[in-house]
Amino acid sequence: MEMPRPSEHVLGKKTRFISRLKTILADEHVISDVMETRVYECDALAAYACQPLCVVLPGTTEEVSAVLKICHEEGVPVVPRGSGTSLAGGALPTADSVVLGVSRMSDVLETDYDNRVIRVQTGRTNLSVTGAVDEDGFFYAPDPSSQLACAIAGNIAMNSGGAHCLKYGVTTNNLLGVTMVMMDGTVVEIGGAHMDAGGYDWLGLICGSEGQLGVVTEATLRILPKPEGARPVLIGYSSAEIAGACVSDIIKAGVLPVAIEYMDKRVIEVVEDYAKAGYPDCEALLIVEVEGSPEEIDEQLGVIKQIARTHDPVELREAQDADEAARIWLGRKSAFGAMGQINDYMCLDGTIPVSALPYVLRRIGELSDEYGLDVGNVFHAGDGNMHPLILFDANKPGDLETCEAMGAEILKLCVEAGGCLTGEHGVGIEKRELMTVQFNTADLEAQMKVKDVFDPAWLLNPAKVFPLSNSSDRRDTIRPAA
Amino acid sequence: MTNPMLAPTSESDLAECIATATGPLAISGGGTRGLKPEGTALSTAGLSGITLYEPGALTLVAQAGTPVAEIEAALAVENQMLAFEPMDHRSLLGTTGDPTIGGVVAANISGPRRVQAGACRDFLLGVRFVDGTGEIIKNGGRVMKNVTGYDLVKLMAGAHGTLGVLSEVSFKVLPRPEATGVLLLTGLTVADAVRAMSSALTSPYDVSGAAHIPEGQDGSPVTMIRLEGFENSVTYRAKQLKERLSQFGPSEIERRIDGPVSTTAGWRWVRDVETFAGTDEDVWRVSIKPSDAPALTATLKDARVMLDWGGGLVWVACLSGIDIRSKVPKGHATLVRASDQTRKQIATFHPEAPPLAKLAADLRKNFDPKGILNPGLMG
Repeated sequence: MEMPRPSEHVLGKKTRFISRLKTILADEHVISDVMETRVYECDALAAYACQPLCVVLPGTTEEVSAVLKICHEEGVPVVPRGSGTSLAGGALPTADSVVLGVSRMSDVLETDYDNRVIRVQTGRTNLSVTGAVDEDGFFYAPDPSSQLACAIAGNIAMNSGGAHCLKYGVTTNNLLGVTMVMMDGTVVEIGGAHMDAGGYDWLGLICGSEGQLGVVTEATLRILPKPEGARPVLIGYSSAEIAGACVSDIIKAGVLPVAIEYMDKRVIEVVEDYAKAGYPDCEALLIVEVEGSPEEIDEQLGVIKQIARTHDPVELREAQDADEAARIWLGRKSAFGAMGQINDYMCLDGTIPVSALPYVLRRIGELSDEYGLDVGNVFHAGDGNMHPLILFDANKPGDLETCEAMGAEILKLCVEAGGCLTGEHGVGIEKRELMTVQFNTADLEAQMKVKDVFDPAWLLNPAKVFPLSNSSDRRDTIRPAA
Repeated sequence: MTNPMLAPTSESDLAECIATATGPLAISGGGTRGLKPEGTALSTAGLSGITLYEPGALTLVAQAGTPVAEIEAALAVENQMLAFEPMDHRSLLGTTGDPTIGGVVAANISGPRRVQAGACRDFLLGVRFVDGTGEIIKNGGRVMKNVTGYDLVKLMAGAHGTLGVLSEVSFKVLPRPEATGVLLLTGLTVADAVRAMSSALTSPYDVSGAAHIPEGQDGSPVTMIRLEGFENSVTYRAKQLKERLSQFGPSEIERRIDGPVSTTAGWRWVRDVETFAGTDEDVWRVSIKPSDAPALTATLKDARVMLDWGGGLVWVACLSGIDIRSKVPKGHATLVRASDQTRKQIATFHPEAPPLAKLAADLRKNFDPKGILNPGLMG
């Protein structure tokens, strides 16, 4: 993946620049020692790494503002970073950039059950937001699979989803307010505990903008009362087509499960070896989960089981107690880890219309044969968010490149089927050059015009989201000359 | 001299109209929402028709000028709905015409179910629009999860046409609930009503509507709490909720679905703010933190109010010409109905903090460099 050439001008003033940062932050919060900055050289897309100029770890919104003001004056690019769990290279530094980590800012600022909101600093991890309200019977709904580690800052940047978004929506549907620092240091307050915008929907625009419009330091999030209970059912089918038809029928029947997860034969096999979840040997496996009181769960699962039976399942198993429910989820939750045990893999994230599921799965199988790389499919079937895992050997020369080429083909397939390149991971650097598959020049130009307004010098999170050739004019003319 | 109305019938026509326009355009769908910007009228009503509807994928795509009624009828056949329950402004504003789906999106119109399911912008999956130079732009798509590039979909929702004129919109739709039950509490003060609604909304019973009308149809206060879903589930939750709210006095459970006093009619009455129809008061729509509602209504003294979204949405009817914004705590107030005289004195939309107002002005400059799309409407 090509990255823009670092600015010699910026590299040349490193020492003076760092000492300037140290006038605002304590020495230990400005990290420039190469051994220590190594931790920040990549995110979860570990195939790409680059040492930044330095790393800063501000502790307050005011410090973030002061840092950005200096970077703005000096023309130094800034890479905002939550926990560094991006699968798309969203937090990959450039050599001439400052990594701004929000990890020290992790406090809960206010919990307000009457109004069903919580206000947190954005360095807080996703799971610990729920952790702060769990005992009182509440939860924060978006639950990306990295929720133990990932920060709210990154969730907002990428508009993260999770397994339960079929019912509860993704980050943008659960974000009510932010405190954001603009690249020139201006602090803006947007939204709050009230709903919807009075003017333009700034929140909607900021959420998912991959840290390119500002650095969000505080967030007001919607919290929800926990349902009385939840129970999954496991359904096995002999083909992807039948499983796809079953998903469609469940949705049409008026049941709205909180999750519909799908695994194919390849993943089932690996998961069985790894976690021994007791999954049936079949081509396609669905886990459907519903919520409510025991009676309500019975009613909904009754409808689902009836639909499932009309499609002649090879297995239909309802959890009878919490242990069985945990066993049904165990395999799904360990799927990524299990695949990682047997191979290196690349995890894709394209989304397709649910109706195109059988076609897309068949084409992925054909591409797998064509490229000679194995693929496992495990994904959120209810909303069409695919996660094909392409298996490759990182030690075998050329294998990563073949894998990337095949990944690109699969993502093009998703777009061609009426879907998109990324459902919840974001574009980052990974899918930057594929953006032209989904968008024409005018579409991209409109998005870049938004960036022009928020960050006229194009300093925030450089070389992400937009194809380098589309953004080069802006980056070249605007960045200070050497 | 009246300018002839521009009425494009295709997206490329629309693009042509805008590319060649030299003066301000007053953009409208069905013209039912009462905003009358200056300029040559440009109606999108000619861009009409459902372009794609996949019930099994919960997805509907329609041209911007498609009547809302046509969309709701198509969804009803498959037992589905627009879950954000868009308000019909005709009775409140005394307007005529057919509300269009593009108008709903441009104004980000949501009804009582917003408190549970989300707003119009939360169900909007994709847009196609024409910017102020005549360029056709698409963003989002027709899948439920999509983080590919910036989310201009949300930006277009509620932008009232000032950044671009919508030509096509796509939505996530939801199954229509099998059954509805409404818990009715009577005689509560605003403060108690907000507490009761908060208790309901923080229960695990999945409340899909919570409104309080200090002067109900019989003149006394009524608090309405809605439950939707499968029949047995609604029965169960209504019983649980009745018990949970027993401290607020006796309550009734209304289950009728047909006729003038049915749950359907009751919630349409709330959705369309019919209680304020046909008077010459100004009408404001105030979005605030629910627990701020009692203090706000107390401050407004003589004004009439109606609370939706558990108190987070306060509809206010007051004497013409009074600017209530100074009394609104953190949140925003939109002037929905006003005399021409009031409109001259008070801005329709809540003024934003200076840095945000500047961003808004810069965005408009980038998307509408000629300054012709509903100029002045949003600042």
